[in-house]
Amino acid sequence: MSFLKRKANSARRSPFAAAIVIALGLLLSGGGYAVASGAVTSANANDPYKSAANIAAGKKLFLANCASCHGQNAGGTSAAPSLIGVGAASVDFQVSSGRMPAQGSGPQMPSKTPQFNEQQVIELAAYVASLAPGPEVPSDEALAANGNAERGGQLFRTNCAMCHNAVGAGGALTEGKYAPNLMAAEPKEIYEAMITGPQNMPVFSDANLTPTDKKDIITYLTYVQEHKSPGGYELANLGPVAEGLFAWIFLLGLIIGITIWLGAKSN
Amino acid sequence: MTTATNTQKKGGFLAGTANYLDERVGVAGILKEFGRKIFPDHWSFMLGEVALYSFVVLLISGTFLTFFFQPAMTPVIYDGVYGPLKGAEVSVAYASTLDISFEVRGGLLMRQVHHWAALLFVAAAGLHMLRVFFTGAFRKPREINWVVGFMLFVLGMAGGFTGYSLPDDLLSGNGLRIIDGMIKGLPVVGAYVSSLLFGGEFPGENIVARLYSLHIMLIPALILVFVAIHLFMVVIHKHTHYSGPGKKDTNVVGYPLMPVYVAKAGGFFFLVFGVIMVIAANFTINPVWNYGGYDPSPVSAGTQPDWYIGWLDGALRLAPTHLEVVDWAGNTWSWNILLPMIVGIAFLVVVAVYPFFEAWVTGDKREHHVLDRPRNAPTRTAIGAAGVTFYAVLWAGAGTDLIATNFAMSLNQVLTSIQILLIVAPIVAFFITKRACLSLQRKDREIALHGHESGRIIRLPHGEFVEVHEAVDAFELYTLTDYKTYRPVAATANSKGRITFSSRARAAWSRFFFEDRVEPVTQTELAAAHHDHGQVEGGH
Amino acid sequence: MSDNSNGLVPSSGESDEYAYSAGAGLVLSDAIADPGIEPHRVRMTDKSVKHEKAAERQVSAMFVISILGSIFAIFAYFFWPLDEANLDAVRINTMFLGLGITLGLFGIGFGAVHWAKTLMPDAEVSEERHQTRGTEENRARAIEIIKLADSESGFSRRKLIRRTMYGALALFPLPAIVFFKDMTTEANPVEKLRHTMWQANKRLVQDPSGVPIKAADVTVGSAFHVIPEGLNEADHMLEEKSKAAVLLVRLDPADIHSAKEADWGYEGIVAYSKICTHVGCPVALYEQHTHHLLCPCHQSTFDITNDCAVVFGPATRALPQLKIGIDAEGYLIAKGDFEEPVGPSFWERKAN
Repeated sequence: MSFLKRKANSARRSPFAAAIVIALGLLLSGGGYAVASGAVTSANANDPYKSAANIAAGKKLFLANCASCHGQNAGGTSAAPSLIGVGAASVDFQVSSGRMPAQGSGPQMPSKTPQFNEQQVIELAAYVASLAPGPEVPSDEALAANGNAERGGQLFRTNCAMCHNAVGAGGALTEGKYAPNLMAAEPKEIYEAMITGPQNMPVFSDANLTPTDKKDIITYLTYVQEHKSPGGYELANLGPVAEGLFAWIFLLGLIIGITIWLGAKSN
Repeated sequence: MTTATNTQKKGGFLAGTANYLDERVGVAGILKEFGRKIFPDHWSFMLGEVALYSFVVLLISGTFLTFFFQPAMTPVIYDGVYGPLKGAEVSVAYASTLDISFEVRGGLLMRQVHHWAALLFVAAAGLHMLRVFFTGAFRKPREINWVVGFMLFVLGMAGGFTGYSLPDDLLSGNGLRIIDGMIKGLPVVGAYVSSLLFGGEFPGENIVARLYSLHIMLIPALILVFVAIHLFMVVIHKHTHYSGPGKKDTNVVGYPLMPVYVAKAGGFFFLVFGVIMVIAANFTINPVWNYGGYDPSPVSAGTQPDWYIGWLDGALRLAPTHLEVVDWAGNTWSWNILLPMIVGIAFLVVVAVYPFFEAWVTGDKREHHVLDRPRNAPTRTAIGAAGVTFYAVLWAGAGTDLIATNFAMSLNQVLTSIQILLIVAPIVAFFITKRACLSLQRKDREIALHGHESGRIIRLPHGEFVEVHEAVDAFELYTLTDYKTYRPVAATANSKGRITFSSRARAAWSRFFFEDRVEPVTQTELAAAHHDHGQVEGGH
Repeated sequence: MSDNSNGLVPSSGESDEYAYSAGAGLVLSDAIADPGIEPHRVRMTDKSVKHEKAAERQVSAMFVISILGSIFAIFAYFFWPLDEANLDAVRINTMFLGLGITLGLFGIGFGAVHWAKTLMPDAEVSEERHQTRGTEENRARAIEIIKLADSESGFSRRKLIRRTMYGALALFPLPAIVFFKDMTTEANPVEKLRHTMWQANKRLVQDPSGVPIKAADVTVGSAFHVIPEGLNEADHMLEEKSKAAVLLVRLDPADIHSAKEADWGYEGIVAYSKICTHVGCPVALYEQHTHHLLCPCHQSTFDITNDCAVVFGPATRALPQLKIGIDAEGYLIAKGDFEEPVGPSFWERKAN
């Protein structure tokens, strides 16, 4: 039970989340956190995200690369939100997908070639995680795609498909924002996105989607990613619009080509 | 005698069969009448055939699908081979669609053939309509056949939509939900019509079976009837031909039905079927297993209808915010639904009645069998271009979300731009097209009068430099000058001496159509032009 | 400009007795003369026996390809069967079966057309058209037949028969219309649109698992897809779900701009109908920073901090809010049904 509680609590992130943590204080369940996290910390003595060396190295990287927007103490500025309490998972998601450090502003930070290597990401994550407790980077066990794909599909359609499309082809949000394509997303990215709610994506805490639910969703997405459509080329899984365009351009195009050959005189 | 009508000859299987048939069906008379009928040859005349052949492919593949499909909405636990759905509660219809796809050999192929053929059927019918429109093939005596063809296009949309909804998957279910919402928005009767259609509350357990009856019986039967009428009228009228030397309103120039046209058109059926087959064998269409069974709570991004319903979906998306009003009696007027419906219906009505409208404007009662080159009917072509643009903008409206994500734009800006384009783009298209047509006509006129520019410059004895123009030959000259033209008519008084509103309106429309025009070159003009440039023309 | 005139022109066809009006059409008296059909261009296959033989071989070769393709398709049907354990087998089966049939079809198609184009006569032939209008003789006879039929039956003369027959014909389809009545079992569909499964003290549970939700678990920034407790076991599950689906989010109470919204929620947790007020798609896209709800079907956008008022798109009405509270165990419960009908508008929506 204390494990579940810790997870539920740790899903809070973002400046708003941080503000709420303060606003609601320890009213709900925060009191249990210290006890639980203490227990977890002692059980993970070799956790790289807790290593003092990594934290120190991460702080240097942070000051050099992130502080200009997120502030010297990661408390946020007018340009970027506070990172207090966003947790290692959030840093790992944003930095290893290349979304951070951001280049310029826009409705949404796109994913690009990561600027930091794996070790540097760990250091940054360790530093940010050391500022305040937040969602942790998921364990390999949590990411193994060995759950129930049927359940995962149902959960995916209920909770994710309206933005990301039924098989993760992505979709539009308002004002230039979008839900990215998940066809190449790795289990860790998917998991971290769910627990941290990057950008405008809602947070799916463990009370909302339990770790089993998340595993099932990852299992479903992995199945979809690994299995080509039995019907042939998928036209990017964009649905009827892509099918219609394809029918007009290629199906009708080929046939018109044939009609022209048919109507041309032989020499 | 090249046909098999010569049944006098003894011996031979062909002669025997022909004799047998003639003595029982009178096949000799039929062949005598139709065997050497002339059909003009042009690639654009085959678009209607493409639609017809796709329909035949639809009948063949659809019949196969009916052997396996079960149109029931009873919930079952799916226990087929598709892993990510094993154990899910779905409808019998959805489960049987999955079974056709994964457990019947060739089943998925036939599903894909059926769906691609459906997209092609409506697309080819639409393109055929455009060809008929832009060449003026709808003019007397073919106005009624235009309406028959229009009905076929609408029936094609209906057939497509009813079929789209049958698998009872999440995508089509949300499509039905939208239909339900539109029906509920109808004044007075909305809730009752919806209840009748769905057999109670949405979604109920009836709609798939009801749509199935329409999809496999009523709609194909109506399409067959209209196809029969359509082709019967083609036989009565004989096919139109493009203007050109030897081609008149009083003749038809082309190849005989037997053997050339039978071989070409017959072979073409196999080619159309083959193209559908090769696409169906390699390209996924409507992967229902990805969508899951229908459930009213989830929805997928990119929930869109098949392309031919897209323009109506686009119209729904483009309705401005806050159109719905409640009147003094407390009744709700869903103008956000009614307005798009009215726009859609009005568009279709305009398409259906256009031939009668143009006939009224021109007052031309002649039979027209020689087609117009689109440039030679500038106002009609411009109206057509405006109509196509209007339709295309609505159609793009149905893809706002995909346009936004694929071209990295803001969804809201895309939608607002399309709202503006819906009004502006057709008007711009009209003027650009009309000007382009008139310019092309002037160029044709130049060529007819002065020949083609050869690029050779010569110096005349008195020092003038001129470019040698190569005169066009008699065939090209005729092609460039043989078209019908009209002049605006003035409003005239009727027998009672009054100028009626109808007469004024006709005069106004007639000005709109024919005020700007380029008239064909006459022999007199040609002679005058040749006289002026006697020395340099005809140079080779 | 040359001399030309408007007026009557002979109709097409051989009969010149009847002339059609050209209306606004110009009839040029000195139009360019028609030189007649262009001379026929002779093909290589007409000129050279070698080319003719080659074309003949090509056509046969295509027919042979067709035969092989059809045989291959039958072979593929048996050689690449479906495999329950492996869906790639469906892909292989579909592809090879389809390609075999394609060859079978293309062979015939290309063969026949190539035959027509290279070996059958390609000189254009002209055939006379007859005007669609019948000859005067035929028209006269047709009118005669109609008059004869009329007089023999007395159709025009016997007014009583004619009028009662019109009445009978007008009324006979009516039973068919009545018959459609039983397509629905509902006497009053409007009444059902006004109510959902929600009622006081019904717990909010997760869709589709049915797990109840503690207020403490709904953190800021998260979105829960919610159904009423007991829905999964309900008689008309899909029908009820179509009306009862709800989206639950927690907002910072400071962000809520509507007193009613805050009042109907619980500590910043608010529950709104997920069924779009436009045409009923699930409005399920929640942007946690802009607090906008977006419908993926027609892009209606609702502001969840302002009582879900419409900020963009074709919808007009705000999404209906569900009044919620918590029970003794801390689980979220409804305080009653929605206070207005959910989903698309209908005529009687406002009236009571």
